[in-house]
Amino acid sequence: MTQQTLVLSVLLFAIGAVGFLVRRNAIVVLMSVELMLNACNLAFVAFSRQLADMTGHVYVFMIMTVAAAEAAVGLAIVVLIFRTRRAVNLDEINLMKG
Amino acid sequence: MIQAIAFYVFAATAVVFALIVVAARNPIYSALSLIGCLFAVAGVFALNAAHLVAILQVLVYAGAIMVLILFVIMLLSLTPEELGRPVINWRKVLAVFLLAAAAVVLASRLGTAPQAAVPPADPSFGTIEGVGLILFTRYLLPFEMVSLLLLAAILGAAILSRRGPGDRT
Repeated sequence: MTQQTLVLSVLLFAIGAVGFLVRRNAIVVLMSVELMLNACNLAFVAFSRQLADMTGHVYVFMIMTVAAAEAAVGLAIVVLIFRTRRAVNLDEINLMKG
Repeated sequence: MIQAIAFYVFAATAVVFALIVVAARNPIYSALSLIGCLFAVAGVFALNAAHLVAILQVLVYAGAIMVLILFVIMLLSLTPEELGRPVINWRKVLAVFLLAAAAVVLASRLGTAPQAAVPPADPSFGTIEGVGLILFTRYLLPFEMVSLLLLAAILGAAILSRRGPGDRT
């Protein structure tokens, strides 16, 4: 089960990375980041099971918390940019002032 | 045996939903597929004896974070023009090709590596009792620091989305 879980983790991370690089919608980019974080969690859990050590589970909690904080602040920024510039396309958001 | 079948069902579901997340044009479809993907990953967590992590994945990720994302998508309610038309250029093709190649190489190496026997889990492995014990003893300081991080995130989000008296809309 460990190997198969790690292979699934690799696949999900690659899909998330493709979404992060290819998509230009800011919300979809944030969701791709969530996908990559989930793939990391999967690897942590798989190694935790293989080594019979629950430290990996503690790391998963930390990653989940960071993901929640990142989503909250990131979405607040997206809403703010949309309110002032009417755009969520990352190619159009290229000015610090505006 | 039944575990292997369940694993492959969950894994296939997760990969298909993840592909929809990246490929869907409408962010609503992306968000709903991401919820499905997170549920499937929670199933894989449970199969790896990480019961508490699986429950928290459903509660925190699929329950809280995804509701936040869906709420923002519906708040913005983007029109087709604001979504923009899909652009395909050589950089995107290159990114997809390179990452697909890297994933295939890594996955094939992992799939053919010699497999160590998985030790039998003791009854408290992955339960609230087992994880909570080391979370509140060995990892107490990181736990408290994470609560500070959450406080900072709450304040940051609240201040960012606050409306000043001079704001439009």
